[in-house]
Amino acid sequence: MDFNYTLIGQLLAFILFVWFCMRFIWPQLLEILETREKEISDGLEAASRGKRELEDANSQREVIVDEAKKEAADLLSQASQRANQMVEDAKSEAQEEAERVKASASADLEQAAKKAREEIRSEVAALVVSGAEKVLGAEIDKDKNAELLDEISKEY
Amino acid sequence: MDYVPHISIIAAPNKIQMANKELNSTDYIQHHLQNLKFGECSDGRWRFADHHINIGEAHTEQKTTNTYTCDAENMGFNAIHVDTMGMSILLGSLFCFFFWRVAKNASVDKPSKTQNVVEYLFDFVRGVVNDNFQDKSNKLIGPLSFTIVCWVFLMNLMDLLPVDLVPWIANGFQSSTVYGPIHYFKVLPIADVNAPMGMALGIVILIHYYSIKKKGLGGFLGELTLQPLGKWAMPLNMLIEIPGFYAKQIALGLRLYGNLFAGEMIFILIALFFGAFFDSLYGAALGVFGILLSLAWAIFHVLIIALQAYVFMILTVVFLNQAHETH
Repeated sequence: MDFNYTLIGQLLAFILFVWFCMRFIWPQLLEILETREKEISDGLEAASRGKRELEDANSQREVIVDEAKKEAADLLSQASQRANQMVEDAKSEAQEEAERVKASASADLEQAAKKAREEIRSEVAALVVSGAEKVLGAEIDKDKNAELLDEISKEY
Repeated sequence: MDYVPHISIIAAPNKIQMANKELNSTDYIQHHLQNLKFGECSDGRWRFADHHINIGEAHTEQKTTNTYTCDAENMGFNAIHVDTMGMSILLGSLFCFFFWRVAKNASVDKPSKTQNVVEYLFDFVRGVVNDNFQDKSNKLIGPLSFTIVCWVFLMNLMDLLPVDLVPWIANGFQSSTVYGPIHYFKVLPIADVNAPMGMALGIVILIHYYSIKKKGLGGFLGELTLQPLGKWAMPLNMLIEIPGFYAKQIALGLRLYGNLFAGEMIFILIALFFGAFFDSLYGAALGVFGILLSLAWAIFHVLIIALQAYVFMILTVVFLNQAHETH
């Protein structure tokens, strides 16, 4: 066993290298590894959170779609109801209008007929008077025989 | 078996003392177990040991006047193994530089291939520390384990370089019989007992530091003296606890040293087969056998290289965790 100062020299070199490793190598590598470990666990956590959020969104979406469908159906039925209503309304209005037009037309007709009859009657009365005048050769007092004339004209 | 180095004939004659002397197996092995030494000579000055460095006029003074000797064996503690220190600091710097570059350019989102490998290793060490170390607020244990496993692995890896390659290059591309520029160079720092024991010494200091910090001096000494049998059997307790406490710490360094030293030794022994490669057909056949043996041992040894780096790290973590635990 040939011990000499090499023993001490080796010890000092050992201390120097350990110090160097402690100062310049170990902490840097440790930091890299720990950062990566953290990033990986963060990433995994984010992924599972994203998955959970996706599931939530999916179920929420279903609810929303259901609601929208229901609303759309409601709207549709409301609209068709309204349309029916409108058609009904329009129909009845049109009928009323038609009735009214018919009524006024028949009233007009009646009036015209009445007027025509009136005219005919007065003409007939005049004819009768003039005929009678001719027959009798004398003027008949219109006012005195008005009742009679009326009776006659009514017979036509 | 006699080792006959085939290039020894080319030896430059006058610069070298043992130029034409044939190396036998023992010399060859001893040559490979000798560190490049820089230490205190007999006159008190620090120089490279005799013949370890032969560049320029390194030892002319000694050669001409003989006023001092610089024998590697007489230096005792007052010496330093230049090759061990050089290789370990080189490999440690390589580790620091490489991981510093990766850590600096690391990105959270787009990791490069290199970063992936580094992160895998980092995560592995972090896992070991998390599983075996209770005090999560400790900022030292992670970098400590990481440095140990990487640095020791790199140092162990040097065992897979062919045993003669680096000494041969250092010796100026000459055989070990020739006194080239750098005559001795052990490329495997862990096969020098100072390197693993120096690291283990750091762990021993940390074990004592944390033990005293967490349990107090009384608590720490109490653990060594007052259990398992209570205070009336204190001598017996000490006899049980103290050797156990220190044996595991000494074994921490010696285990690593022993494993790698033995592995290196076997590579050196196998290398003896290559000695007569160019001399005869028999020598060539022996050389081929040696190559196959070397390959087989290298494949097995890769396991030990990685395993011992891991074992040193995990034992460090476990021992330091024990230092935190109060009974």
